[in-house]
Amino acid sequence: MTHSYQFYCTQDSLKGVRTFVEATLKLYVISEIIVNQLILAVDEICTNLVVHAHQSTPEDSLEITIENKDKDLFFEIKDKNNTGFDWKTYQQPALEDLVKTGRKGGMGLILVNSVMDDVEIQPEGEGSIWRLHKSISALTPHARRS
Amino acid sequence: MEVSTLEEDNCYIIALDGDLDVSSSIAFDKSIEDFLNQGNKNLLIDCRKLNYIASAGLGVIVSHLQEFEEKSIKMVIFGLNKKVLNVFQILGLDQLVNINITETEAKEAIKSNS
Repeated sequence: MTHSYQFYCTQDSLKGVRTFVEATLKLYVISEIIVNQLILAVDEICTNLVVHAHQSTPEDSLEITIENKDKDLFFEIKDKNNTGFDWKTYQQPALEDLVKTGRKGGMGLILVNSVMDDVEIQPEGEGSIWRLHKSISALTPHARRS
Repeated sequence: MEVSTLEEDNCYIIALDGDLDVSSSIAFDKSIEDFLNQGNKNLLIDCRKLNYIASAGLGVIVSHLQEFEEKSIKMVIFGLNKKVLNVFQILGLDQLVNINITETEAKEAIKSNS
């Protein structure tokens, strides 16, 4: 099953992103900690796109889809207007270096990499798609009420 | 998110209520700047009502750690729920900052480091 959510590129929209991810993941039996990690990872990607790629432009929009296949969760964040950056050349900073330099940013992608099993960004047309994958060992949907 | 402050038992307490993400991190950063501009050297971050933290909120904390050390400022974070604590643990931040469970323990930690 695929769930989708579109939102405008404003910082206020990010709360809605988190609510969508949480509501979707609540359809499955997943621990609260893991759900929060997945919300966080999606939030971090969306925040980067909203703030850095789109400069919080309310006329721009992004789309998230969440799909479940067996024990795997796939998250896609589609950006129609930006080709993104070269993920393969990204060098993750060390936390110690961030502390020494007093830098506020830099931890978002560290969190995404730590939480997700796979992270990739692929160009699509004039835009790009972030693809995040997480395997949940015991991913089962909540039982439906009769 | 709401950020409130009070001074109590020789400590400057910043209380966070809600989600600490990119939009609310600005207010949190301002509250730390306000703390730095007054003379108290003991900072408690009350997270009992903190529901969620993103890297922007963590970045506010991390960006001030070096300055806290240089100025002999003691900071203790307390009241983290298990989801928020887990985010600190993912980054290894729980090894870099003093985290306590209760306000009483946090104040004791400040006193014992004085």
